[in-house]
Amino acid sequence: MKRNEKGPRMSARRRRLTLLEMFLGLLLAVVVLAPVAWMFLSSVMLPVDLTAKPLKFIPETITFERYAQIFKSSTTSDPAYVFRVALKNSFIIAAAVTILSLIIGTLSAYAFAHVRFRGKNGLMLMILFTYMLPPAALIIPLYRIYNKLGWLDKKWPLVILYLSFIIPFIIWVMQDFFGSISKSFEEAAQVDGATRLQTLIYIFLPIARPGAIATGILAFLMSWDEFFYALIFTSSLTSKTMPIAIEEFNGKFTIDYGMISVAGILGSLIPVLITVLFQKYIVMGMTAGGVKE
Amino acid sequence: MRLRKEEERYAFGLIAPSMIVVFGVIIIPIITTFIYSLVNINPLSSHMGEFAGLSFYIKALSSKAFWDDLGRTLYFTIASTAIETVFGLLIALLLNQKFPGVRFLRSIIIIPWAIPTVVNGSLWKLMLNGEYGVINALLQRLHLISSYQSWLGNPKTAMLCIVIADAWKMTPLAVIFFLAALQGIDYTIYEAAKVDGAGMIARFRAITLPALRPTIMVIVVMRTVEKFKAFDIFYLMTRGGPANSTKTLMYDTYLQAFTNLNYSDAATYAYLIAIVVALMTVFYVRMMKRRDLA
Repeated sequence: MKRNEKGPRMSARRRRLTLLEMFLGLLLAVVVLAPVAWMFLSSVMLPVDLTAKPLKFIPETITFERYAQIFKSSTTSDPAYVFRVALKNSFIIAAAVTILSLIIGTLSAYAFAHVRFRGKNGLMLMILFTYMLPPAALIIPLYRIYNKLGWLDKKWPLVILYLSFIIPFIIWVMQDFFGSISKSFEEAAQVDGATRLQTLIYIFLPIARPGAIATGILAFLMSWDEFFYALIFTSSLTSKTMPIAIEEFNGKFTIDYGMISVAGILGSLIPVLITVLFQKYIVMGMTAGGVKE
Repeated sequence: MRLRKEEERYAFGLIAPSMIVVFGVIIIPIITTFIYSLVNINPLSSHMGEFAGLSFYIKALSSKAFWDDLGRTLYFTIASTAIETVFGLLIALLLNQKFPGVRFLRSIIIIPWAIPTVVNGSLWKLMLNGEYGVINALLQRLHLISSYQSWLGNPKTAMLCIVIADAWKMTPLAVIFFLAALQGIDYTIYEAAKVDGAGMIARFRAITLPALRPTIMVIVVMRTVEKFKAFDIFYLMTRGGPANSTKTLMYDTYLQAFTNLNYSDAATYAYLIAIVVALMTVFYVRMMKRRDLA
């Protein structure tokens, strides 16, 4: 860290530069953290303080009552209860999508990187386009089909929808990882008499594990974040996800700002924790595919 | 020859599950949407069921509403991509320096990106609230405004607010891309340039910027595609209002489909958006390939 500070006599110019850097760094920290800090403060402030004019930035009394409400409420019409169920739905859907898309997507990514077949490049382009396709180009027929099949407002049909754009994402990023693994591993294994499937399972999958962790996390976050399909395809507590519950809170005037903030904090908790803990993997996953979120 | 066949069969087995799920969901709807854009299926129209040819496309492209939507979409797309790229680069340059606290900054910079889009929208909507919002309180305390403003209720400021909210969440992504690229630059080149008497700006222009060019391209193209089809934050913060000032192409497509029930118009809009996205995808792939060759 202190490569530039050789000895006690750091040059005056260097010292001034460091001070400037620290000032800019502080400014950056405030811009990054202040909105999050405010969301947390709003979640524990009393309703009177939240709507006070002039607003006190540091409240005198705080309350965790709203958080308690989320965990213990049992009336189905209570926003706190709705939000708890929505969180649970989001978690189940995101977990299912992550596991399924990783298994299905990784196998395909390996094929794209290491097995020769006709039409590979064209197929890859189609996969990438599928990933980038705006869901609006599918939504009207999809809605009609789902309606006919009786698949509206259910969890697993939503999982299938999410798979349709998360699998392409996994293929796109993972084929890059597999591509960086040398073909000589494969040849060596085959000389030793391993079948192709054995080579894949015992040689390639272990080497690609960091990539799989990275893309798996991103798949979870994408599913956790998804809004458009959930908005159209969910309506009741059976399948309603966290983003939809938050959207409904924002549209209701009867819910106090504190409750919206609690929902925001709880909805962000898992993704923020995962991201901060697995930052190294996530950065790797994002920069490998050169992809979005 | 036999080996080749065997290899293809193996590949087919590996990709079949993906293809079944992905194309199983997508093929029928994407073809049907195209048919909807050619055949009038608007349930409220007297021409329902009639073949319309390209008339929905002509109608869209010759209506003022479409071009107004496109203008707002481009404003949002260009403004937020520009902010994210420029600030992303500046912040990455700062975080690439060595000063006390920089490690802490590097670990927290990713937090806004991790916050779900809907939570981000809801957070900024609360902060910008015209009656109780903390931003109003702060600006008044600093004497920058004399009375509380309804930032999202004013057609002049609503779009700017969304740009800021979106940039707050997504700039960290650009920072991370730039940091990764900066760390790949050989440090000794800078030392050599210093010895040769190159100043800070000269070093930036001669070494840093050329090294970052591929990353800048990737960010600009990827973000442009994403912004072009952004929907969530508009739905959450303004629903296209006030006075249509935040109605983008994507949002209008949603309105046509689910509020006005003009399915054919919505399908046409969606296809026009998809065409733009497809063109950008091809451009992106070409660019990535060129990067690999370099």
